[in-house]
Amino acid sequence: MIPELGHYALVLALVMALAQASLPMVGAARGIRPWMQLAKPAALAQFAFVAFAFLALMQAFASSDFSVAIVTQHSHSEQPLIYRLSATWGNHEGSLLLWVLILTIFGALVALFGENLPPRLKARTLSIQAMISVGFLLFMLLTSNPFARLNPAPVEGDELNPLLQDPGLAMHPPMLYLGYVGFSIVFSFAVAALIDGKVDAAWARWVRPWCLLSWTTLTGGIVLGSWWAYNELGWGGWWFWDPVENASFMPWLIGTALLHSALVVEKRDALKSWTLLLSILTFGFSLLGTFLVRSGIITSVHSFATDPTRGVFILALLAIAIGVPLALYALRAPTLRGGGLFAPLSREGALVMNNLLLAVMTASVLFGTLYPLMLELTTGNTISVGGPFYMATFGIFALPLLILMAIGPFMGWKRGDVRGALQRLIAAGICALGAAIIAVWIRSDGPLLAPLGILVGVWLLVGTVIEFMERIRLFEGNPARIWNRARHMPRAAYGMSLAHFGLAVAVIGMTGAAAWKTENLTVLQPGQTLTLQGYDFKLESVQGIRGENYLADQAHFVVSRDGDFVADLYPERRQYLVQPMPTTEAAIRSMPLADLYAVIGEPDGKGGWIVRVYHEPLVGWIWFGALIMVAGGLTSLSDRRYRVGAPVRAGAAQAAKA
Amino acid sequence: MRRLVFLLPIAIVAILVAIFWVGLDPERDKSVLPSALVGKTAPVVDLPGLADGAQRLTLGQFKGQLVAINFFASWCLPCRAEHPLLEQITAEFGVPVIGVAWKDKPEASRAFLQELGDPYVATGADRNGRTGIDFGITGVPETFLVGADGTVLYRFAGPLSPEGLRNELAPAIAEAKQ
Amino acid sequence: MRRALALLAVGWLAIAPALVQEALAQEAQLADPQLEQRARDLGREIRCVVCQSQSVADSDADIAQELRVLIREQIAAGRSDQEIRDYLVARYGDFVLFDPPFKASTYVLWIGPFAILVLAAIGVAIFFRRRVEEPARASELSADEHSRVKRLLHDGPEDRV
Repeated sequence: MIPELGHYALVLALVMALAQASLPMVGAARGIRPWMQLAKPAALAQFAFVAFAFLALMQAFASSDFSVAIVTQHSHSEQPLIYRLSATWGNHEGSLLLWVLILTIFGALVALFGENLPPRLKARTLSIQAMISVGFLLFMLLTSNPFARLNPAPVEGDELNPLLQDPGLAMHPPMLYLGYVGFSIVFSFAVAALIDGKVDAAWARWVRPWCLLSWTTLTGGIVLGSWWAYNELGWGGWWFWDPVENASFMPWLIGTALLHSALVVEKRDALKSWTLLLSILTFGFSLLGTFLVRSGIITSVHSFATDPTRGVFILALLAIAIGVPLALYALRAPTLRGGGLFAPLSREGALVMNNLLLAVMTASVLFGTLYPLMLELTTGNTISVGGPFYMATFGIFALPLLILMAIGPFMGWKRGDVRGALQRLIAAGICALGAAIIAVWIRSDGPLLAPLGILVGVWLLVGTVIEFMERIRLFEGNPARIWNRARHMPRAAYGMSLAHFGLAVAVIGMTGAAAWKTENLTVLQPGQTLTLQGYDFKLESVQGIRGENYLADQAHFVVSRDGDFVADLYPERRQYLVQPMPTTEAAIRSMPLADLYAVIGEPDGKGGWIVRVYHEPLVGWIWFGALIMVAGGLTSLSDRRYRVGAPVRAGAAQAAKA
Repeated sequence: MRRLVFLLPIAIVAILVAIFWVGLDPERDKSVLPSALVGKTAPVVDLPGLADGAQRLTLGQFKGQLVAINFFASWCLPCRAEHPLLEQITAEFGVPVIGVAWKDKPEASRAFLQELGDPYVATGADRNGRTGIDFGITGVPETFLVGADGTVLYRFAGPLSPEGLRNELAPAIAEAKQ
Repeated sequence: MRRALALLAVGWLAIAPALVQEALAQEAQLADPQLEQRARDLGREIRCVVCQSQSVADSDADIAQELRVLIREQIAAGRSDQEIRDYLVARYGDFVLFDPPFKASTYVLWIGPFAILVLAAIGVAIFFRRRVEEPARASELSADEHSRVKRLLHDGPEDRV
């Protein structure tokens, strides 16, 4: 009964979305106030219906209602509750419903909190948001119904893929979608502005918090995915340049560029048409990601089961959703008047460089991702594009970007003093050089990019701290005055410092983990020891254990260094109930400067076991740095200026309400 | 001129959509890596025979005729599934099938064939797996079509199915016979 | 009883392949640490042909293990890294290398990003140059704007809706 209601709710949501997509838009064009005002209740109703449908689906999973097809395909009655619930989005149809839910959440949020928005802009924005909803709701109802039933209902389900039965991965899709789909509202704002024919500082102000929220959650979502891979996949890897990973990374890169260029629109009324373009493209990359995952065009660890009709539908969605706004852009953008002037060497100039580098980095990733497909379609040959290509292009472009990031905040608007900035950063330069030299001295193995990565990472780290210290004038006056200055610094400034600092930490972590990871593998009998980087891993025993829905071989390693105890590690090799493939659960010991990582493999039939151990320096800094970045984003979001929005002059507001 | 720049984004998107449209063609098989050997001379095969005291297996024995080479193993479950279809290759299409046991203990391979029947005109034991790698196999089972002149004509990865046999291997055989 | 059988089945499934498969578990390391390091590095460069985006070093697949053993064998036999790569490419195609080769079919791939960088840099340079020209034009008001100014000065704030 409930699944039927859920299905019906989706149809009602579609009806609401159709109304919301059409009437407010016409209302805004013709000045029909009631039609414009229809957007708010329609958005809220749409959200309510989709939320109901989502809860209905979750209920079906929680109660193991195997009459619903996807519950049978992706769940099992003995699965722990958290994974029965997360299975709701661990499949194509359910995750699509989550996608639409978040789409409607953002629409509802703008409807609720956008009281200060000019009515036409608000109406048009919500209308476009609804158009996207219509597209995806149609897609769901016509090709990917989450509530499809099985009759007769099976007695038991097929079980969620064991790889997905992990807390990190349970949260990865919701967070990722909050980011991915969050940029849809920025997209809608941009298209509304294009229709309006006006982009100004006020528009940038409205857009900024949504941009920040999406960026922050996307950062969190991507890192959660990486963290999961590191914990779950069994060889200490955390990024594979897999097409779908890239598909989530590209919106992040462009979203970061957007965040910074919107700043220039807001402060200096410049870079307008570029910012509009980025707004459209960021969500465009999100849609591209959706297409890559769900159409079956590229096989990837992330691909859902493929079906040709789905692919065509999404391609059509993609083409229309990106094509029409870009056509509008080609028409309208040239008429936008440029704003404030600035010298190339200024904060605006630095932000332009930032955007340039980020755009080229995104293009590199796009190239690498799509090239095998393009080559295959034209010549029939297949090649692989992996780490080496991306490091040579993306990695190289990232270096000047990170160097610039420390200098930019020192530059003034309109005209900046580069030499002055560099003088203040001398300490950062010395630290960076020192760190790079120490890095080469401690670990002379590894690629050239490694000490360079440390160099720019430490440069940015110290540079950000120096900038912060200068801003609160740390060495002037008594502590009370300093504290006062710190307290009154706008939250957005804290956000920037935190975010840049976090990125620096993460970059140092990524450099260490990628460049200096070492491994050792062999066959061990219980009682034997394996050594790596001075750590001794002694295999004490291997025993069979039972988990909630799996059987496993669990090994016990005692790790010591120079005879001193370091850790107990219990890696497992699990066999889940239904899925035939065994999965490894690595045992990880995190230390401040490195992780120790142990994996148990197959038995050799003679009482021994294949074991692998890894030493991965600085990998924990990646997660820590990302956390700081997210904290920075949230701090910026909490800045009152963004929540209040640009003030509307009282007289005009009165006239508007009349 | 300035206007043209603004047209660039939509132009790029249009090109991408066109590429994707072509890429979605259901005829395109994305899961199977195309064999690097199709069109090239088959690698040297020189393996001990499977049965005790049997003569060595070489491809040279079959020069001048169209043959199929099937890589299998007793520990491979899909190989069991495809086994009945191997006889069909000979019975229905007149193509002799050579069997190569890949990374298998000969006793186990022999037992496997005894249990399921021996559809092969000759068999060999590739114990260290190198011959399989020479053919660029991605696992077992895998079946190759080698022409009379020793050129690799076709590769079928994975277990044969009735559809696979009918829709893919059969046309390749027909083409080879022309 | 069914649990016991299930346990037994799982246990058997776990060890059965080991009994009949040849040399799967004997992935011994090379004695010489430098050679072993070469084997590890090469293993990371070679793509597992049946996996999604993993290297043979990172994969549990049978063929991945075979290729790892093969790499070690060839290193021990004195082949160079490039010879081993060529050997594998001859059998599996360019696909097997994670580092795309630099040949005619991939010129666009390798040069592309740098070409884009150059084009973008030129674009930015033009953008900055035009900004210097614009102040001259921006100081003139169009007729439209003239009348707007007049209205503003006389009538009060305009409706921004």
